[in-house]
Amino acid sequence: MIVPLNHILLLSGLLFSLGMFCTLARRNLIMMLLGIEIMLNAAAVAFVGASLHWQQMEGQAIVIFILAVAATEVSIGLAAILVVYRRTDSVDPDMDAALWEKGGSR
Amino acid sequence: MSILTLLFYAIALLIIAATTMAVTRRNMVHVVLYLVLSFFGTAMLFYLLGAPFLAALEIIIYAGAIMVLFLFLIMMIRLKKLPGMFFPVGQLLPAILISAGFLVVSSVMVGRNPAGWAPMPAAQASPVAFGVYLFQTHWLAVEIASMLLLVALVGAYVLGRRVRGPSADAREEAP
Repeated sequence: MIVPLNHILLLSGLLFSLGMFCTLARRNLIMMLLGIEIMLNAAAVAFVGASLHWQQMEGQAIVIFILAVAATEVSIGLAAILVVYRRTDSVDPDMDAALWEKGGSR
Repeated sequence: MSILTLLFYAIALLIIAATTMAVTRRNMVHVVLYLVLSFFGTAMLFYLLGAPFLAALEIIIYAGAIMVLFLFLIMMIRLKKLPGMFFPVGQLLPAILISAGFLVVSSVMVGRNPAGWAPMPAAQASPVAFGVYLFQTHWLAVEIASMLLLVALVGAYVLGRRVRGPSADAREEAP
């Protein structure tokens, strides 16, 4: 016998709120992307716990797709951050438009 | 209280501690290393909850591929120190408010479910059974996921390539 489902869901909720805090509070595009990764990971924990609770493999199958979406999101996101860095020379999310225009048409 | 229960709480504590450290660090390399620790903990948790295949995937994809990608980007770009506070107050207060509000609401909603308080029996899905289940029931979704990864590949290429036209900075870089 291991833990009840609610403890796993509480752990998942705590992880999710940490990721949300990371996305909202940090002034850095890379840290915002990392926060989204933490949130996706928290959702995966909840799905695996539910899969054990109902003795169904459906939840584990969905975790596979969460992994695929996370990999897609991070590769596109990092490429976009690189473009932003090349144009504005910073990864601050609240850059002003003048800085963006300065980078030229690359 | 069995050994598995104790193990669960130890792993949960490790994950929460590592993630909290990661969220509050200033050095980006330390952030990524703490998150690798957190994802290793998550992989152990998946193994404990009866998903050994997902535990292996978590280590390979999350702790391996994704975090190394972040590390590459952090080493490629030179981060300047931003002026002002690390957590600006105008941003910190709403962030704490929103995440604490989410935590309270989700805890109340989870706690109201009486069926969830009974301890679950341990079980394990073998990788063979899981693979057969995945490709028999969700084969279309697997194909769509592979298309999604192809789109990500092409998109990352298109975003990442340098277009060298007859612009000023191309002539600048030539000599």
